Amino acid sequence: MPGITREEVVHLARLARLELSSNELDHFAGQLDDIIGAVARVSEVADQDVPPTSHPLPLTNVMRADEVRPSLTPEQALSGAPAQEQQRFKVPQILGED
Amino acid sequence: MVDIIKLTAAETAEKIASGELTAVEVTEAHLARIDATDEKVHAFLHVDRDGALAQARAVDAKREAGEKLGPLAGVPLALKDIFTTVGVPTTVGSKILEGWIPPYDATLTRKLKEADVVILGKTNMDEFAMGSSTENSAYGPTGNPWDLTRIPGGSGGGSAAALAAFQAPLAIGTDTGGSIRQPAAVTGTVGVKPTYGGVSRYGMVAFSSSLDQGGPCARTVLDAALLHEVIAGHDPLDSTSIDAPVPPVVEAARNGSVAGMRVGVVKQFAGEGYQAGVVQRFNESVELLKELGAEIVELDCPSFDLAMAAYYLIAPSECSSNLARFDAMRYGLRVGDDGTKSAEDVTALTREAGFGDEVKRRIILGTYALSSGYYDAYYGSAQKVRTLISQDFEKSFEQVDVIVSPTTPTTAFPIGERTDDPLAMYLADLCTIPTNLAGNSAMSLPCGLAPEDGLPVGLQIIAPAMKDDRLYKVGAAVEAAFVARWGHPLLEEAPSL
Amino acid sequence: MTTFTELLSYEDALASFDPVMGLEVHVELGTKTKMFCGCSTELGAEPNSQTCPTCLGLPGSLPVVNAIGVESAIKIGLALNCEIAEWCRFARKNYFYPDMPKNFQTSQYDEPIAFNGYLDVQLEDGEIFRVEIERAHMEEDTGKSLHVGGATGRIHGASHSLLDYNRAGIPLIEIVTKPIEGAGERAPEVAKAYVAELREVIKALGVSEARMDKGQMRCDVNLSLRPTPESEFGTRSETKNVNSLRSVERAARFEIQRHAAVLSSGGSIVQETRHFHEEDGSTTAGRIKDNAEDYRYFPEPDLVPVAPAREWVEELRGGLPEMPRVRRNRLREEWGVSEHDMQSILNAGAVDSIVATIEEGADSAAARKWWMGELARNANEQGVVVDELPITPAQVARVAALVAAGDLNDKLARQVIEGVLAGEGTPDEVVEKRGLKVVSDEGALGAAVDEAIAGNAAIADKIRGGKIAAVGALVGAVMKTTRGQADAARVKELILERLGVSEG
Ligand SMILES: [Mg+2]
Ligand SMILES: [Zn+2]
Repeated sequence: MPGITREEVVHLARLARLELSSNELDHFAGQLDDIIGAVARVSEVADQDVPPTSHPLPLTNVMRADEVRPSLTPEQALSGAPAQEQQRFKVPQILGED
Repeated sequence: MVDIIKLTAAETAEKIASGELTAVEVTEAHLARIDATDEKVHAFLHVDRDGALAQARAVDAKREAGEKLGPLAGVPLALKDIFTTVGVPTTVGSKILEGWIPPYDATLTRKLKEADVVILGKTNMDEFAMGSSTENSAYGPTGNPWDLTRIPGGSGGGSAAALAAFQAPLAIGTDTGGSIRQPAAVTGTVGVKPTYGGVSRYGMVAFSSSLDQGGPCARTVLDAALLHEVIAGHDPLDSTSIDAPVPPVVEAARNGSVAGMRVGVVKQFAGEGYQAGVVQRFNESVELLKELGAEIVELDCPSFDLAMAAYYLIAPSECSSNLARFDAMRYGLRVGDDGTKSAEDVTALTREAGFGDEVKRRIILGTYALSSGYYDAYYGSAQKVRTLISQDFEKSFEQVDVIVSPTTPTTAFPIGERTDDPLAMYLADLCTIPTNLAGNSAMSLPCGLAPEDGLPVGLQIIAPAMKDDRLYKVGAAVEAAFVARWGHPLLEEAPSL
Repeated sequence: MTTFTELLSYEDALASFDPVMGLEVHVELGTKTKMFCGCSTELGAEPNSQTCPTCLGLPGSLPVVNAIGVESAIKIGLALNCEIAEWCRFARKNYFYPDMPKNFQTSQYDEPIAFNGYLDVQLEDGEIFRVEIERAHMEEDTGKSLHVGGATGRIHGASHSLLDYNRAGIPLIEIVTKPIEGAGERAPEVAKAYVAELREVIKALGVSEARMDKGQMRCDVNLSLRPTPESEFGTRSETKNVNSLRSVERAARFEIQRHAAVLSSGGSIVQETRHFHEEDGSTTAGRIKDNAEDYRYFPEPDLVPVAPAREWVEELRGGLPEMPRVRRNRLREEWGVSEHDMQSILNAGAVDSIVATIEEGADSAAARKWWMGELARNANEQGVVVDELPITPAQVARVAALVAAGDLNDKLARQVIEGVLAGEGTPDEVVEKRGLKVVSDEGALGAAVDEAIAGNAAIADKIRGGKIAAVGALVGAVMKTTRGQADAARVKELILERLGVSEG
């Protein structure tokens, strides 16, 4: 398994919306490379014919009836908002589309 | 005059019910203890003095009115700061949620309140439960009451330290890879990770959804069982909650016995990295089990060697997604919003400022493991390992009733020793992780002090899913035998602070 | 924002290229509650009043699946001739956007609940075109952003945005076609007919009102061109949120012309999202789809798998209504109308209203006449769909009955409808209040006729002289004095009678 490069860390940080400093990038790149080196062992079982487990419980079909439950009040909903206006969450200008 | 803070939860509840003590007296005694010791221990992030006293007064009023009290009514508890609490800050040990006051109670919080358990406050933890030492808390580390220069374990170090420091007889932890059991082991207390789905996760801030499980922490096996019964049970708000009766844990804790039981010892839980004193105490525990009438069976679980690697792919993957919601838009910290920056930039700046190193490392690791080119090799393989581990457990439980192991390979290490060596830190959870991956239940309880450093050693008992009662049956028997042998509970040997 | 875009004429484009389309339609289900929480989905509530920890993505909150959401998805799948998964899961689609509270959308990825189906659509000339369905899967809607400080609420130039999460978490079914090949020059028509048919299916199932104008049904049009039907697929553009039937057709047409212009001048198509503009039917470039986009799908660990029991699926299949196209063909024969007229009725969204009016006793010609005439015009003016007008099929049937009985003529009937739409009451109340009754009192009518003949002697002479066509002027005069409340045919009869001429 290949390790991880500083460039990859830059890309991953962008995907994860983390504005890492240059120092942090250096620091993390090394550590992550070590960690990935250690965890890459799992690929030993990649070829084994076993089903993947995404969940420890064998549950299926847990559903709720389509019945309205009380919502929060708008005041409660907005209680943690860093900023609000017109009973809405106020956020900085959004650059992206859709 | 009884020393209120040294009482067990069961004793405290009994004295409140009989009128020998009032809930207010009990609460005040613990608040005083917190006042006297928490500057040194730093188990609490927030003490809810008014809330606790109000709850205590309500319990006393109920008693005076002749109402029947629940089995833990009036008993104080330290709640890990990962459960939402209406009107009381919930930070998850992170700057990103500093000052956040949830508008809703976790199901577990609600159950505690309904059972009249008095919530003293919220305890310190590794940020977002990521860590094994509580050093990753954004609000500073917690000291181990046995030696304040050492870690109390993590992520639930605050809860474990509160118990060991006699600040509360009960506490709540959460266990994703060992965060209840490992702190219990290094503080000489009892901690249980119930079967996945046994305790509702609704209102428990998610780290790794398929691994996280809340559970009871206490100083005795019976106290843990009493608390287990209060917090467990089906919750329609959690789709992964088990819709079946709670195993009879209290009954099991009151009837401890291992006679005729088959107890497994897994050969993979040994070898390099295990401290000599830990191994010694573990071997003595196995001998004790034999003396108590158990049959010891050696087990081979080869997949356990891959558990750590699988865990450090699955947990970061899930956390990278779970923690995406901390984006500075709806709640929590917002950094850099000077009117010129975009939402995208503000999110990135806030996450940079609000998350600590370990959280960032895991987010990046998880982002990596889930990305399209690597998914099959990493995440996909980790899930296969998970299947293999479950199969090893299944095969083992065909041969034995429970499995035992050391809870953690070493005793409490000094604060700062492993902070910049993530891999070394991760080793603390070597023995606890397989249980999280498979979803079954496990307990840690004290089995003595390591001769070389005089620090507590934990014995882990592992049971099949939904057989949590076996932990208590075995745990109670082992606890009684050890206490008889030592002449007192292990915590009596802890320094007085 | 209009930018000049080079276009090739449609005919030239089709002469050189073969279009391939892919249509992705999102349908908001009409469940009472959201997909993963118990918040109401009722429209028009005040901002952020229908939110809870789950749909706000508060720390610690968890989703629980809405059973009717799953049931609706299965019904849609069955109606689209899909296979229904025996076992499937939800997955997280990870990307950051402020209108998405968790910064992942709970959706389905490689395990959709329904897959491998088709929908037969009928084109205007009656030809049937089969559109293959790739999949239909369950997911959730996002919140709504209001962009402040820029021009006309646009995201560009806005100083900040305001978010309302009432819509966040409303159940969506995303229906994705396989590449639609072989439509040739009819591709835009096929696209429109497909979306129209899908809308009818959804409405017939009763799982959503499927109102495109209210955003309950939204369409993305993916389009690419290739030199010949044998060539590999070309690079596609994805035109997002095309929200009317007409726009679907126009967007496809525009993109065909635009792609053709780019390709024939030797350029290449950029894989990007495009925005559709209602004003002029154009599209403009949006976000470029580069490889940096990586949704990191993985199975949603907070939800357990959905494994619909076969008995349940069969029960749902057994309960499906008659499919709209089959029903329309049956109705078309019953009503005796052309393919083209039926298509117009479908496009106007008036099928159900006409059926209901007939059920209320009107004859089919009258029901069609009112819904496709007066009411369709009215709806169009107000920018609503006919069945949204404040008049019921029973009321339309009553108007038709009054006309049939000779109590109203068409002109009066239009006034009655106008009154009902204006909220003046039932047809009978409007007749009463406005005094709209055909004057059938022969005495009164006779007097009006005599008056008209006397007042227009010259015209009367012409008629006597055999110029019968001139009678219209006298009829008009009578109608005027009776304020339109006379039966024009009877008036004509009376005039001719009085003047002693007979028709024909
Ligand atoms: Mg979608
Ligand atoms: Zn909600």
